Amino acid sequence: MIAEQEIVGRGAVEGARLMRDWFARLDAAAERKEPAAYVFVMGSLAEILRAFDMHLVFPEINSLQTAVRHVAHEYLGMAEDYGYSPDVCGYVKADVAMQLQGGKHSMGRLPKPALALATNACNTYVKWAEFWERYYKIPMVTLDIPGSRTAAGGAAPGTDAFESDRRYLEIQLRELITECERITGTRLDMDRLREVLDYTNRMAAAWKRVLELNRGRPALFNALVDGTVYLGVLNALRGTREGAEYFERLVEEMEYKAAHRLGTIQDEKYRLLFVGVPCYPIFRRFHEMFADQGGVFVASSYLWFAAGGLDLGFQYDLTRPIESLAEGVLVGVRHAGDAMLFHDQSLIEQVDQFGADGIVYHPVKSCRTVSTSLAGSRKAVMKARDIQCLFIESDMMDRRVVSEAQLKNRIDAFFEGLGSQRLRTIAATVTA
Amino acid sequence: MRYAGGVDVGSTQTKAVVIDEARRIVGRALIMTGANVVTAAQEAFQAALDDGVVREADVGYVIGTGYGRYKVTFGNDQVTEISCHARGAAHLFPGTRTVLDMGGQDTKAIRVTDTGDVLDFCMNDKCAAGTGRFLQAASFALEIPLGELGGIAQQSTRPVKISTTCTVFAESEVLGWAAKGKKIEDILLGVHRSIAARSVALLRRVGVEERVTFTGGVARNVAMVAVLNELLGVPLQVGEDSHYMGALGAALFAMDRIVAGQAANVGAAS
Repeated sequence: MIAEQEIVGRGAVEGARLMRDWFARLDAAAERKEPAAYVFVMGSLAEILRAFDMHLVFPEINSLQTAVRHVAHEYLGMAEDYGYSPDVCGYVKADVAMQLQGGKHSMGRLPKPALALATNACNTYVKWAEFWERYYKIPMVTLDIPGSRTAAGGAAPGTDAFESDRRYLEIQLRELITECERITGTRLDMDRLREVLDYTNRMAAAWKRVLELNRGRPALFNALVDGTVYLGVLNALRGTREGAEYFERLVEEMEYKAAHRLGTIQDEKYRLLFVGVPCYPIFRRFHEMFADQGGVFVASSYLWFAAGGLDLGFQYDLTRPIESLAEGVLVGVRHAGDAMLFHDQSLIEQVDQFGADGIVYHPVKSCRTVSTSLAGSRKAVMKARDIQCLFIESDMMDRRVVSEAQLKNRIDAFFEGLGSQRLRTIAATVTA
Repeated sequence: MRYAGGVDVGSTQTKAVVIDEARRIVGRALIMTGANVVTAAQEAFQAALDDGVVREADVGYVIGTGYGRYKVTFGNDQVTEISCHARGAAHLFPGTRTVLDMGGQDTKAIRVTDTGDVLDFCMNDKCAAGTGRFLQAASFALEIPLGELGGIAQQSTRPVKISTTCTVFAESEVLGWAAKGKKIEDILLGVHRSIAARSVALLRRVGVEERVTFTGGVARNVAMVAVLNELLGVPLQVGEDSHYMGALGAALFAMDRIVAGQAANVGAAS
């Protein structure tokens, strides 16, 4: 029998510790001048790189840490002094500033890259990786992952069209393996790859379960605050024993909370969906502006499009690792990209699954990729469901475009609307 | 007789309204907000009481609204100006389904129910282009009092095209057109059109449904009303008290609380 105080909140505490340890390992790797692969959360190919025992550096995670720690403006200013426009993605600029300082950042130091890996999942990724390629004179591998541009994710696995795309990606993965063998001077150990894939399988199954458990009432975790910690571990420790064990313990925590009806907030008045990237410059305050009024984020699009496909629970076939890896990457990245293009349909499903009262759209100045389609999505969702939608624009990095007073005003009005909508619903029920 | 009060502390002006139990405005006041927001709220409320010849002790509930709503220290509660403008507009103009509120720093497009509940809203973000501040910039650059801009603009026959979206740069552009010898009325109508175009874009985002009510300080500007009517293709509802709409809405919410309190007392007694 586990005591409540031992299990409730364990995921947040352990997640924070794992992230600190991970940064410490990167710092130690930098000290020892060990090389790393610089990768992105969408299509990190962590499984292949870990099979070569390469350190993984996720610049998106490093950058957002500077915002959460309220020092992002120092990095943005340095990149802008170097010549980058204020309109360029804040993540890119913070990373550029780190590289200009020899890898120093708010959590320590980054090892230098031996390889830059990008996918076409984000149109900024390629240009960003080119910066590392030229600055460090390292090889860059760009994976061209065919999108489907359909709401259903395109042709299903097993069809000819899917198999054609999968083979196209598999060839690219084999080229990446060849490049890794050249850089590290070692051959790919297929058993080690299977081991890494197995850890990822366990993480994917657990993550899918964690997301599903939050459909119940009350919500077990806040998708914005807790979800971001979980997402950090999901990406940073993808394909590791630590990651697999962490997420299995997280499922245990969430099942305990569900069984004992222990919600993430005491008075859950409104169940909300979050769409976009969090507002890291005022991360805690942003959350409080909703939580103080009984709003809890039960789901967030961030937890699917930045989860590297793990939200789907995809299981790699360990008997044919590279073929299956190509399939998983194709399914995962395609799902993330399509989720951005067809927000409305995913959101309508989530409104129903999670019993959501409202949706908060948070387009960010830095990223047109995740923000552009939000206005259309909002209109489509409001047409399909009688639901309050808040549209607030700020940024995930740049505090110069984050106005707390303006945000608060809109958020307060949103809750006033939620309140009056609830009264109308009650009145209609009584009348009927 | 019981009264309710609403105080709308905006970025430029503070408005206060006192209503009676029949929800009629009995007192109103408007002052410049200035640097001391707390004092502005107090002074505006006192002026509205004086205007209505109402004793403060007879006011049962006061709601603060606007950016300075939390500075209405004598008030009982706060409601955002988005909800208040919607409520006020639906009260003064029954049948209102869309509200355009144009103030000194904010422009809001609000879609409402028949009772004035907010269904959807949209505001200018990060930038005061498309708000009254744009008019202030033109007023300053051309050295023409704000209240006279609309009348002069209406005399225009060939409005210039103001292309900048920045309120600060607008001042330079206005002076640039003046230096080129353009008529003042043509420059001013261009300024009005630029602001109106941004407001119409906001309205279209929430969906324009008739009837449309225009509120806020800029609703007093005749040229702005004319340009918006033309761009929207529907006549805007504008009243004498349009710029008090936020304060009125706040007062109406305050009266709701008084009535709800009375009903609760009756229920408890019976």
